[in-house]
Amino acid sequence: MARTRFTAPRTRFAALGAAVALTALTLTGCGAADMTRQASPYADAKGSRTVTLSVQSWVGAQANVAVAQYLLEHELGYRVDTVQIDEVPAWDALSQGRVDAILEDWGHPEQEKRYIDDKGTIARGGDLGVTGHIGWFVPTYFAEEHPDVTDWKNLNKYADQFRTAESGGKGQLLDGSPSYVTNDKALVKNLGLDYQVVFAGSEAAQITQIRQFAKEKKPFLSYWYKPQWLFEKVPMTEVELPAYKEGCDADPQKVACAYPHTPLQKFLNARFADGGGDAAAFLKKFRWTTGMQNDVALMIADQKLSPQEAAGRWVKENEATWRAWLPS
Amino acid sequence: MTATVTPASASPATPTDAGPGALRALARHRGRLIGAGAVLALVLGSVLLGAGNWLASLSVDLSGPLKHTSDWIIDNRDGHPLFLYFLGHVSNVVVVSVRAVYLVLLALGWAGVTAAAGLLAWRVAGVRLALTSVAAFAACGLLGMWVPTMQTLALMVVAVAASVLLGGLLGLAAGLSDRMHRILRPVLDTMQVLPAFAYLLPVVLVFGIGVPAAVLATVVYAAPPMARLTALGLRGADAGVVEAATSLGATGRQRLLTARLPLARKELLLGLNQSIMMALGMAVIASVIGAGGLGDRVYQALASVDVGAALAAGVPIVLLAIVLDRVTAAAGERIGAAPARRSALGWAVAAVVTAAVAVGARLLDRLSWPDAWTVGIAEPVNGAVDWMTAHLYSGVPLVGGTADWAGHFTTWVLNPLRDGLQWLPWWAVLLAVGALALLIGTWRTAATAVLAMAAIGVLGVWDPALDTLSQVLAAVAVTLLLGFALGVAAARSSRLGRALRPVLDVFQTMPQFVYLIPVVALFGVGRAPAVAAAVVYALPAVVRITAQGVRAVDPAALESSRSLGATGRQQLFQVQLPLARPALLLAVNQGVVLVLAVVVIGGLVGGGALGYDAVFGLAQGDLATGLVAGAAIVCLGLMLDRVTQPTQRRDLAGKGA
Repeated sequence: MARTRFTAPRTRFAALGAAVALTALTLTGCGAADMTRQASPYADAKGSRTVTLSVQSWVGAQANVAVAQYLLEHELGYRVDTVQIDEVPAWDALSQGRVDAILEDWGHPEQEKRYIDDKGTIARGGDLGVTGHIGWFVPTYFAEEHPDVTDWKNLNKYADQFRTAESGGKGQLLDGSPSYVTNDKALVKNLGLDYQVVFAGSEAAQITQIRQFAKEKKPFLSYWYKPQWLFEKVPMTEVELPAYKEGCDADPQKVACAYPHTPLQKFLNARFADGGGDAAAFLKKFRWTTGMQNDVALMIADQKLSPQEAAGRWVKENEATWRAWLPS
Repeated sequence: MTATVTPASASPATPTDAGPGALRALARHRGRLIGAGAVLALVLGSVLLGAGNWLASLSVDLSGPLKHTSDWIIDNRDGHPLFLYFLGHVSNVVVVSVRAVYLVLLALGWAGVTAAAGLLAWRVAGVRLALTSVAAFAACGLLGMWVPTMQTLALMVVAVAASVLLGGLLGLAAGLSDRMHRILRPVLDTMQVLPAFAYLLPVVLVFGIGVPAAVLATVVYAAPPMARLTALGLRGADAGVVEAATSLGATGRQRLLTARLPLARKELLLGLNQSIMMALGMAVIASVIGAGGLGDRVYQALASVDVGAALAAGVPIVLLAIVLDRVTAAAGERIGAAPARRSALGWAVAAVVTAAVAVGARLLDRLSWPDAWTVGIAEPVNGAVDWMTAHLYSGVPLVGGTADWAGHFTTWVLNPLRDGLQWLPWWAVLLAVGALALLIGTWRTAATAVLAMAAIGVLGVWDPALDTLSQVLAAVAVTLLLGFALGVAAARSSRLGRALRPVLDVFQTMPQFVYLIPVVALFGVGRAPAVAAAVVYALPAVVRITAQGVRAVDPAALESSRSLGATGRQQLFQVQLPLARPALLLAVNQGVVLVLAVVVIGGLVGGGALGYDAVFGLAQGDLATGLVAGAAIVCLGLMLDRVTQPTQRRDLAGKGA
């Protein structure tokens, strides 16, 4: 009984499955489906030309994208989609054509080798004009009281003052988003420091925590990076780590030196770089200074302007700068 | 996510019903026997195995093979036939369908969409809900979120359609064949305790960032309730009606189409309702992998630490959820009520009016929501959050500040719990898990729980898993304390119950990410805010189930206890709570599963352990770290689910319930 009852639906499933597969094929065109040419379904919705930019989670990256988006839309007549992605997946998305450009990359040698040198799906877009630097920072109010804290050799002396409930008996070294480049665990171990790395898990959480500490003038030690708008709100002083030398960070387990200064880079999808017309030409020329990026970032993060309003304000006041980026 | 936490009704089947006297005696002393066995094993274990963490020799390092797999996928994604001729097409179909829906929504314009929503709600659920729908859609526009709302809606339509199709087919198979039912049940169980974050990474690796990956991840999450309810509906179909159809000579297919499916309509609609709620719950999580829409706005607002903007994008999600929930629920209740002819006319009117409004808006060139008609809520919200954190964080006279509480909670509760669990020898943990599962469930659930726990050790993440477990246990304890208190209060006062309902709705549907900043601002970075976020998420379900369970207690029992002179307090503790025991157990179970679902979110506020590893894997494209952490979370979920599973199976309650 059960057997006969079941035969009918089973053929129906098969038929349905075949129908679905057939529809799929007719919808997308028969034959091979190219996974490297997949735009967002929201792109070109009104027959306009669309550029998709990836936004990373820090505000500096938002500032780059906001200004690029503003100019692409208002000066060049594109529609711009933005997608929030972490750094490493962004490379993958760029190679697949899901996004057209990354405007601020902090150095991913492994990805550069794979996608630029080996596969040729990503092209270099030149310098952003901003130099990035990662380091360990203490609040300036604390550094002024205890000037010797800015040398890593004295950090153990202060471990007690940096202790929190979360760090156990050790001092707390506050780290941020899991997507950021960090050697801190190895550094703490290799430099023999009495510290526990506590991962805030996201930049938003880290900033919120830093501002709470600063409000109470509490001492803290944090992984942080420049350029960053938060320095305007919470002045911080860098702790000197053993000097950076080329290649001293080659083995992630044995790192015992400071982070390098990195000129931040732009990257474009290779197909977009060749055939992207004005938009690609513009993004390649886009190049500004740390100060300019901070101005926009601060408007977004501190004055809570929307990225588009902030970009609009900056564009109004800096015409000389951005005129040079437009394709002639 | 809202309407249908349906605890199984009372009267758990006791295992003492059948069997000869000896067995019955055995069963009566089951608890004591399990305890004695556990003590014996404890002594034996400490002599034979000694103390210590999970043995390195018993674990398998998967990082090599997983790295290899992820490299293979990336290198072959553009050329291998599997991608060219199958996965690529799947991806394309998703993109094409989402795009089609999105374009239709854009073509209707805001006026057309709002009119369509209102008229649809009017047809299936009446005037009051129609007005609610119109107001909700208008609010999405007023918040300046029209386009993202449409993007999310387009994604939802496709994801829900796929979930209903897939879930319906699975449910049909399970409903018609006993063998399929047996095979599918554990699969669906597992899908329901899977925390969504755990499988984002593999999906992204295969499909890349973007809409296809988001839709597929959503379908995995949203299909199980549809499958379960379809099967339930088909199995529950009145045997008499089916018998009558058979005697009239109906074939299998005719019986299915004319008798069994129509009889199961209510369950099918409930399944649709649950799928929609689950899919919306996934909308924000999917933004982490580039789904766009409202979730992306929430996520981007958080990057600039802007709670107000995050809330502005979160509110439309809540509104969509409430409208869709109420409308589908009302449709379920109304089934078979409206006569056919009038309804056809009504539908025609609705269609014509929608078309007219859409065309009108197009002629007036009013397709996109006017920028002038938006209200900024971000500033006042941020002001409120700032005030709250400035005044509550520390230095409140007498009681201290929230930061102090968080510190004490970490030092006095979380740390001892974590250190204690990590100090226990591994075999003692397995033993405890097995004994607990045996006490509350069956041999089979105990075996699953122990195996799941052992798998965590084999995966090589024993320590972080116990860290996560300690956070889950602490969060569950707090949730149950608050949840039972609120639930009992709501059951005893219908006014409080009514007042709580919208609050619970909002807590349940508001995207978790919105809470990230406030919990950190209040409790600092660490495990304490992670626990707080989990409590907020799990509390509504626990309150609902508790309230419903206490309210459903047989009034006769209450009446007789009152006539015996019991005080209100005695009634509660000696009649209502004991009788509501199955519901309370279900509340515990749901609390555990929901708390675990937030573990990964906890990783974003300093919770560390498995949650952080899962987030790390996703952020760094590191399959080895991410997938192992995800698998460990799944195992933890299975174990906790089995250990707390009430003897009776929960049929209707979904993960988000």
